[in-house]
Amino acid sequence: MQLVCDEKKLTPWVDAVIAGNRVIGIQAKGDKFDYAPLEKGADLRLDFDVSLTPPKKYFLLPEEPLLRFSGEKMESVIEKEPFVLFGVHPYDVVALRQLDKLFALHNPDVHFLSRREAAVVVAVDVETPSANVFAGCLGFSHVEGDCDILVTKLDGEYLVDVKTDKGKALTDLSSGFSKAGPEHLKKRDAKWKANEKALRRHELKPKKEEIGDLLEKAYDHPIWKEKARLCFSCGSCNLSCPTCYCFDVADELEWNLVNGTRVRRWDGCMLEPFALVAGDHNFRKSRDARYRHRYYRKGKYVPDKIGEFSCVGCGRCITVCVSHIANPVEVYNAIREA
Amino acid sequence: MGTTTMKDLYLPEAATAVAIRDLTQTEKLFTFKFDSGRELGHKPGQFAEISIPGIGEAPISISSAPGHNGGTFEMGIRRVGNLTTRLHALTEGAKVGIRGPFGTSFPVDGEMLGKDIVFVCGGIGLIPLRSAITYVLANRSKYGNVTVLSGTKTPADRLFTDELAQWEKRKDVELLETVDTADASWKKRTGVVTTLFQNITIDPANTVAVICGPPVMYKFVLLELRKYDLSGDNVYVSLERHMKCGIGKCGHCQINGLYACQDGPVFRYSEIENVREAI
Repeated sequence: MQLVCDEKKLTPWVDAVIAGNRVIGIQAKGDKFDYAPLEKGADLRLDFDVSLTPPKKYFLLPEEPLLRFSGEKMESVIEKEPFVLFGVHPYDVVALRQLDKLFALHNPDVHFLSRREAAVVVAVDVETPSANVFAGCLGFSHVEGDCDILVTKLDGEYLVDVKTDKGKALTDLSSGFSKAGPEHLKKRDAKWKANEKALRRHELKPKKEEIGDLLEKAYDHPIWKEKARLCFSCGSCNLSCPTCYCFDVADELEWNLVNGTRVRRWDGCMLEPFALVAGDHNFRKSRDARYRHRYYRKGKYVPDKIGEFSCVGCGRCITVCVSHIANPVEVYNAIREA
Repeated sequence: MGTTTMKDLYLPEAATAVAIRDLTQTEKLFTFKFDSGRELGHKPGQFAEISIPGIGEAPISISSAPGHNGGTFEMGIRRVGNLTTRLHALTEGAKVGIRGPFGTSFPVDGEMLGKDIVFVCGGIGLIPLRSAITYVLANRSKYGNVTVLSGTKTPADRLFTDELAQWEKRKDVELLETVDTADASWKKRTGVVTTLFQNITIDPANTVAVICGPPVMYKFVLLELRKYDLSGDNVYVSLERHMKCGIGKCGHCQINGLYACQDGPVFRYSEIENVREAI
């Protein structure tokens, strides 16, 4: 179901959504943008370039309880509180789709999947391409599904494409919508075409489908050592990545030494102790082995599992890396030339 | 699939330590039983996650053969970190949490049937292999010649000494032992585990080798096996990694694109020969 509203009607609709729902929305944070609880529709910034942190943080939390215990008794903590995540760019929608597959694969992860089930995701087409986005090279500059609502800004109007019943429940909250016509969809097609070009701040030379095969032959390529020489092993690329999902599990004990929580928290394969085992043997001790692992994971290991290239081209890692070594486009272009 | 009926795979089941005994100064053997009465239902080579609330959780290999006494199962545990130090302080009757079993197993009911079996154990590598060795010896007629090569750093590091003595007495199993560094009490061989190969013969057409030991040991054992032209199809290795979640999510146990917790810990060597991080 495709609806349109005048651009002035959007904020009142968002206010109506806020009135009945817990809403997380994209907002300004200094001169950048990030997700935070949305108090009023006027704070929503659908013209954002990229969020500082990826939307995965609402489904795989930076730290979240898995279990609570009291002495020997342990019980699951399953979070199901409904919420609306408002303002997710297409490349991040793709990232969430991939995490859905990974957390459901073989052994369904009830903690992640419950949060996903409880969420309504409102995607939005990109208005302002960020400094390092390259989703256009990957076919991830727009999506046709995998969200509950897709909002696209057209001339003076918003096209609001309702994909699911959960999405419809939100658009039902406003009388400001009318039915969209073919001219709206045509304008959106033009926008998608334009975004495919605009979201290409870096030009990936190989096709994403070729990268797995290129990596097969690139294990000993000099690029890994060259780049990793400058790596601080800080893990910023992991933490800012919308598709990185590795985690650590630890017990937090309360002051009475009886009650506590088993938590999981984000971990990163670039961090030095990531592959450490008991007795201090580190199976990925060198920086170049860790660096290589990350690009293999995005370009081969995860794609082999779920059939999708696992870097979505958001460009966050390029922006956050203090050593300027984390550009996936440079890496995948280099192994092509070898 | 709706999440309402979905099981929480991170939630351990309550179990009791029904027996605890010292194996060496640093290893103890724990016998556990689920409070629910359910059997673990593992296969030799698999592992389980053991936890103490407030301390943490760790993957530990299962040392007993399937069908151990009255639904119990055994885990040999070295005291090496926070959790294992705490486990060593437990007394009989203590409660722990167990998740599992997880991972792949040695093909004791598959490719190993009818074959000569060579077990190669380095140090605490004997702990997971004991599950397979015990199973094979309990079903002895189903296999050809059985050889156990076992090496430890010193005589004091030898595990399951009572069982080693029994195996030594049996005529249907050949046990060869060595230590890296002998003391005055040691009357058997001295040298690393690979030196034992000079004392055995292997029929490459009819042998399965099963290996578990410290990371450094594998490539040297594989070199020895290659001298006998034993195909990688007939070699099984159990590889150590830190399987934190056990269900293929957390990423810690990855060996290139493989997850030791799901694709392993037991691998057929021919299938990981070209996996660069494996050996």
